[in-house]
Amino acid sequence: MVKTFNGGIHPPYNKELTKNKPIKETVLPSKVILPMGMHVGAPCEPLVKVGDMVKKGQKIGDSKAFVSVPVHASISGKVIAVEPRLWPGGGLMMSVVIESDGKDEAYEDINPPKPLDKLTPEEIKSIIREAGMAGLGGAGFPTHVKLAVPPEKNIDTIIVNAAECEPYITADHRLLLEHPEDVVLGLKAIMKAVNVNKGIIAIEDNKIDALDGINRAIAGSEGIQVIILATKYPQGGEKQLIQAVTNREVPSGGLPMDVGVIVNNAGTCAAIAKVLKTGMPLIERITTVTGSGINEPSNLLIRIGTPLIDIIEQCGGFKGTPGKVLMGGPMMGLAQSTLDVPAIKGTSGILVLEKSDVKLFEPSTCINCARCVDACPINLLPTRLAKFSEKGRWKDAEDYHAMDCIECGCCAYVCPAHIPLTQHIRIAKNTITALRKKNKK
Amino acid sequence: MEDYNLIVTSSPHIHSGESTSKIMLTVAAALLLPTIGSIYFFGPRALALVIVSSVAAVITEAIFQKLRNRPITIKDGSALVTGMLLALNLPPGLPYWMAAVGAVVAISLGKQIYGGIGANPFNPALIGRVFLMVSFTGPMTTWINPVDGTTGATPLSLMKMQGVSTDYMKLFLGNVGGSLGETSALLIIIGGLFLIFKGYADWRIPASYLGTVAVLSLILGRDPIFHLLAGGLMLGAFFMATDMVTTPITKKGKIIFGIGAGFFTVLIRFFGGYPEGVSFSILLMNAFTPIINRFTVPRIYGEVKAK
Repeated sequence: MVKTFNGGIHPPYNKELTKNKPIKETVLPSKVILPMGMHVGAPCEPLVKVGDMVKKGQKIGDSKAFVSVPVHASISGKVIAVEPRLWPGGGLMMSVVIESDGKDEAYEDINPPKPLDKLTPEEIKSIIREAGMAGLGGAGFPTHVKLAVPPEKNIDTIIVNAAECEPYITADHRLLLEHPEDVVLGLKAIMKAVNVNKGIIAIEDNKIDALDGINRAIAGSEGIQVIILATKYPQGGEKQLIQAVTNREVPSGGLPMDVGVIVNNAGTCAAIAKVLKTGMPLIERITTVTGSGINEPSNLLIRIGTPLIDIIEQCGGFKGTPGKVLMGGPMMGLAQSTLDVPAIKGTSGILVLEKSDVKLFEPSTCINCARCVDACPINLLPTRLAKFSEKGRWKDAEDYHAMDCIECGCCAYVCPAHIPLTQHIRIAKNTITALRKKNKK
Repeated sequence: MEDYNLIVTSSPHIHSGESTSKIMLTVAAALLLPTIGSIYFFGPRALALVIVSSVAAVITEAIFQKLRNRPITIKDGSALVTGMLLALNLPPGLPYWMAAVGAVVAISLGKQIYGGIGANPFNPALIGRVFLMVSFTGPMTTWINPVDGTTGATPLSLMKMQGVSTDYMKLFLGNVGGSLGETSALLIIIGGLFLIFKGYADWRIPASYLGTVAVLSLILGRDPIFHLLAGGLMLGAFFMATDMVTTPITKKGKIIFGIGAGFFTVLIRFFGGYPEGVSFSILLMNAFTPIINRFTVPRIYGEVKAK
C-alpha cells in the first residue's frame, strides 16, 4: 500500500513535455533585477548604489531582522538602478538592477568552506544564512530560520520534499536524475545542523526512474532512506507530506517542528551542497519553462533575477498567443501581468498557457455535490467556507477553519458549478487576518 | 515592450472539466436503463409517461424562472432528471394529465419556490409523487401486472395484506407489478453502480440504506432479501437518496442519512399504514439533512483534540 494523504486530486500532469530534457544552462542575461524581499520575512536593505560595480556572488542586500536572508548579485556588472520595480508577487518592490559586463566574474572573497565533517552546526547554519538560502520549493522561507530549532522542540526526522506534485514542473525530477549526490550532501548538512540522525527523501512514484541514482548516492550513509509516495496533488504540500511519510499531523496553527519534523525542498538541499562545495552563494536555480504556449519546453539553470521575457526567448519564444504566464504550476502559480518581472529564488516553474487553453467560467449554483469536501486535503468544507465568504460571515468562516486552508486549489478544480471556491476562501483568510490585526490594536 | 494582454486571475488555473449539466445528463442516461425496462414490462405507455413528465418538468422550470426574471437554466438537465425520476415512481396506468400535474408540483413547489437548484431542501421528484399520492390516491394505487396488463397488487402489498411472498428472481428481474422504474432491481443496480463508478453517487448512501433495511428486517424476523428487492427501495436507495442537493455533504452524514432512511422505511413497511415507506423516509431524512451536516463536520487535519 503506497503511502498517501486524505483527499487530493489527479490533474493531467503533462510532465512528458520536459521530464526527459536534461538541465540546460542559460545564456548570461544582459541584466538582472533583484527584489530585496523575494523571501518570506523582512525585505533587505540595498547595500549598493547606482554606479557601483559588483561581482557575481557579492552581497548586495541584507537585513538585521532574524527572519530574513541576504541577496547576492547573480552576475557581474554595474548597478544601474536601486528603486522599486515590478516583481512577480505583484506590485512594486525595492530592487537592485544590474547590467551585465559580460565577464561573469566571481567575487574575490568567495571560497569553499571547510569540509562538512569539520563544520559545527552553528557554522553550517551561518553558512546557509550568508549564502542567502531560502526555500526553493516556491515559498522562499529563510532556510537558516527553519533550522533554528528552539531547545524545547525535539526534532527526529528531516524530510527532503522531492514530491514535486504540481503538474508540468520537472525541475526537482531532473535534479534527482542528474545530481542526486548534491541533494544527499545538502540533506546531510541539514541533519548535522540540527543534530538529527534520520533523513528521508520522499518522492512520488512518477519519479521512480530516479530511484537507482538516489540509492547509489545514499549508499553507506547512516540514517538516510527513500520513501515512495502515491502520485497525487498536493502530495508536496508540507502538511500532506508529513502525514504521508510519518503519519503525524502538524497541529492547526503550528509548525512541522511541533511534530518533530523539518521539511526542505530537494532543490534547496542541492543548493546548500553547491555552497558547501564552492562557497558561491545562491545565485542560480533550476526552473522548468513549459506549457502549451512555449515553443521549446525546457529545464533551465537560470540566474536569479533574469527577466521572464529573456527566459522565454531562450525557449524559442511563445507558441501561438500567450493566454496566461504563471510563475509556478497551474494549481497555485501566480499569474503574471507583465514579462518585465524577474525570476526569483522560488521560481521553480514558468508555465505559459496558450490562449485557447485558458478557460474562464461563469459560476453557477452550488448543488451540494460535496466533491470539494472529498478533495480537500485538510478535511475542510470548502462549499460552506465559500458561501460564508460571499456573505461576509467572517466569524463563521473562522469557526469552520478557513485559516487552515492551504490554498492548494483542489476544491475549485473539482467544482462542477465552476464556483471559485479557493478564491472565495482566500478572500476570507485575508479578511480574517486583517480583522485580527485590527482587533489586536 | 510588447503588450501581450496576459490574463491575470487568482489560482487555480486549471479545471477538471466537470460540470453540473454533465452530472445531470449522466444521471439521466443511467435512468434510461430502468426506463427501457419499464417499456419492456409495461409497454409504450411507460415511455409516454416519462416523456410527459419530463417535458412538463422542463417547461414548468422555464416558465417559473421567466416569471422570476432569472436566467433560464433548463439546459443543466436537472429538471429533466426530476421529470424522469417522477415518472419512474408512478404506476403504469396513471392518467397522463396527473403525471403532468405531478411534474408541475415537483418543480414549482419542490424546487423553484425555494430559489431553484441547490436551494431545495426536499427531493423534488418525491414531493411530486407524494402530492399525487395524497391527491389522487385511487389512480396512484392501481397497479398493473407486467406484460399481460391485468390489474394486480404489488409484491409489497401482497406481503402486507395477505402475507404472500413473491419469487426472488421475478423481483430481481422486474417481472412484477409496481411503479414504472422500481420493479427491476437488476437494471437499477447496474445504473446505480454506473453512477457510483463515475463518482456521481456516493456509495455510502445505498450501502447504509440497504444495509439497515436488511439488518432490521432480519432482527424483526422478516425476509431481508424480499424487502431489499421489493418495492421502491432499490430505486430509492440508488437514485433518490443519492440526490446531491438534498443529502448531507459529509461522509459520516451520508451514512447517518442512509441508516435513518432505512429505519423509517422499515418502520412504515412493518408497522405503518402504507405497504411502502421509501418516499416518506427519504423526505423525512431530507428534512434532517441540515442538522446532520451541522453535527458531522469532520475533524480537520491538525485539529488538536479537545482536552
